[in-house]
Amino acid sequence: MSGTHTHALFVHGHSHLHRLPASTKLGALGLFVLAVVLTPRESFWAFVVHAVLILSAMWLAGLKPGFVAKRLVIEIPFVLFALFLPFVAGGDKLDVLGLSLSIEGLWGGWNIVAKGTLGLAASIVLTATTTVPDLLSGLERLRVPRLITSIAGFMVRYLDVIAGEMHRMRLAMLSRGHDPRWIWQAKAYATSAGALFIRSYERGERVYYAMTARGFAGQMPTFDAERATATEWMGALLLPAVAWTAVAVAVLA
Amino acid sequence: MHIPDGFINGVTSLGAGVVAVSGLGASLRRAGKELQDRQIPLAGLIAAFVFVLQMLNFPVVAGMSGHLLGGALAAILIGPWMGMVVVSVVVIVQALLFADGGISALGLNIVNMGLLTVLSGWLAYRLLMAVLPKKAGSVLLAGSLAAWFSVVVSSLGFVGEYAVGGAGGASLSTVLAAMSGTHSLIGIGEGLITAGVLGSVLAVRPDLVHGARLFGIRHADNAELSRRAVGAFIAGGIAVAILLVTVVAPRASSDPDGLERVAIDQGFADTASEQPLGDTPLSEYGVAGVEDEQLGTVLAGLIGLGVTFLAGVGLVLLARRSRGRVESR
Amino acid sequence: MSVPALEVVDLSYHYPDGTEVLRNAGFHIHPGERVALLGPNGAGKTTLVFHLNGIFRPDSGSVIVAGLPLDDEHVKEIRRRVGIVFQDPDDQLFMPTVGQDVAFGPANYGVEGAELQTRVNDALSAVGMLDVAGRPPHHLSVGQRRRVAVATVLAMKPEIVVLDEPSSNLDPASRRELADILTSLDITMLMVTHDLPYALELCPRSLVMNEGSIIADGSTRQILSDRELMKANRLELPLGFDPNLTL
Repeated sequence: MSGTHTHALFVHGHSHLHRLPASTKLGALGLFVLAVVLTPRESFWAFVVHAVLILSAMWLAGLKPGFVAKRLVIEIPFVLFALFLPFVAGGDKLDVLGLSLSIEGLWGGWNIVAKGTLGLAASIVLTATTTVPDLLSGLERLRVPRLITSIAGFMVRYLDVIAGEMHRMRLAMLSRGHDPRWIWQAKAYATSAGALFIRSYERGERVYYAMTARGFAGQMPTFDAERATATEWMGALLLPAVAWTAVAVAVLA
Repeated sequence: MHIPDGFINGVTSLGAGVVAVSGLGASLRRAGKELQDRQIPLAGLIAAFVFVLQMLNFPVVAGMSGHLLGGALAAILIGPWMGMVVVSVVVIVQALLFADGGISALGLNIVNMGLLTVLSGWLAYRLLMAVLPKKAGSVLLAGSLAAWFSVVVSSLGFVGEYAVGGAGGASLSTVLAAMSGTHSLIGIGEGLITAGVLGSVLAVRPDLVHGARLFGIRHADNAELSRRAVGAFIAGGIAVAILLVTVVAPRASSDPDGLERVAIDQGFADTASEQPLGDTPLSEYGVAGVEDEQLGTVLAGLIGLGVTFLAGVGLVLLARRSRGRVESR
Repeated sequence: MSVPALEVVDLSYHYPDGTEVLRNAGFHIHPGERVALLGPNGAGKTTLVFHLNGIFRPDSGSVIVAGLPLDDEHVKEIRRRVGIVFQDPDDQLFMPTVGQDVAFGPANYGVEGAELQTRVNDALSAVGMLDVAGRPPHHLSVGQRRRVAVATVLAMKPEIVVLDEPSSNLDPASRRELADILTSLDITMLMVTHDLPYALELCPRSLVMNEGSIIADGSTRQILSDRELMKANRLELPLGFDPNLTL
């Protein structure tokens, strides 16, 4: 269930959240989501705290609820699974409107939907307020190996180029009446995917030549991005700090 | 399938994160020498290619469509170490840039989609190529079976994670049957498309296929799976799916209800203070017993899968041999 | 006479499969010259370009850039001196942002900090693209991408800029803007092109290449007016275009 388009979810803006260094936002996201996942499922009030935190982050970033809601559809298969659980799970049953629902399954379903939605919404806030280059240098600042961020950088750079090539090949096939319905008719798909691999590979070689032509000798240069100040870290970590406090109270209480 | 946050509990997710980091680190080290130089842009381009492949739907049955995972394909095209790095980067980018797959589940998703598919696909491919004749047709045959295998192994990875820390309530045998069954079917598409892609690359640039270079296969005009092989592959995949759902999964656990509770208990032991355990047979299980039972379920699934896989390979080999005899006559 | 900015002597090269691509190709370009390299598809033009900064190495012959011979010892410095603008700007612009891409070259040569920033700003200003420094390259139009590609090379302060098909895929307005930018740059230039009016406008001198050799070397106007030479080398002017009536 991957994304259906190659454009990241960035929304142009000048909010405080947009201006925060990416490394602090990544750190805050990781800690917040971990807090969400560790929240006991019975602590409804803690989930309310998390939801308020996310909503205020969305408000701070100037994101419209509709935008976030639209991206939440990615979660639908798992929501279906969650809805399915009360019917298949065992254990004590609860009768609701003539349906026999598993109590355990209801808890499981609630747990998945609540945590999945909060986590996804938090991710959306990050991607909507951070540009791809900032995200990559933020990852580097957080000690993700340069090899990984470099490869990711090249990947993101060429997503549109390669998707465009695939799109043109598909149009060419459609223009000649291609309309496969069955798996054994998918040969044209496989052939164009093969051609796409060859093109990607050859472009990879040309890019390497272009890099060599400008003195590349095996080490990607680093460009000093802005360093996060202590104040910025504190600002970013405010959100997960509240979330963790809620979790701590929920677990200890 | 990208696992969201909250599907698998926090501790298991963190554990998978550790596995993912060490697996990715190992692949980086192994791929490192090549990756230092010309392979960096190449790896990025191949990652973009895999991402685009995962976006594209191909027809499956009368209007339904699926998309490639591409792990086994990547392994055969660019080798297992680079393959694991590349597909893992795809998973990371999907999570961070497209909010696809949970942040806390990133480790789980890297393990299932970035590491398991590539590694299992590559192992199956190497094993098959060891017995098959070293020619282009074998690359396709081994590639399709390896791709099928990789998809099923990846789904078993999920089942394993669910067994350790699943937040749900569905019994393990239900999850095992559903996941391995559907993925045996999904694997048919993955296998056929993988063979098709390999065939079309082999026809134009056989030198670009790592898994062919390795065996000195340089020429491949019009490499294509025969109709009979495609038919056998589809039938085999369906048969395995049925077998998994009807025979292996139910056998895997004599007490589904109990097991389901085991999964829940394991999943929430550290996050929820009280569990609705009631007075089920669970109280009889010691910790060791619990672990054995879970392990048994997954092991039984794996063994069943391995046996059916080998049986399938044997059948295909027999069919090929007999056909080869006919042709050489 | 001054030291040539670029000197190519008897260059020969064949592909691993045995096809001869370059046969004793030779010419030289003096500082400040703008020279067009013309020739049909498959003449070996792009292969020649890749020899100018050592991406390909010749079977025999040599390349000398501002007095410095191209060998293992000098290849890095040669790559700084010869700036190649690739045909497809998508091959050339690979960094996440335009600014980082322009910085890539000088950074590889140890330029950093404020000086690097000055280099980037100067190069982008020279092509009128300073305002897109923070943008990802794939959000630019083809014309803008081509101009940024020129800037990535300018930032390395090269002795000579080599452009492979600079006007391809550009709409007439972008083609015009690029021509204005290229003529405004005070730099030695070798331009591979099929766009003969473009060659005539930008380059006083032309080389004709076919089957791996330099067939002709002279004033662009004279070469374009030589019907025999043009026909023999599969070169053709647009309908109604008379090289002696323009400019």
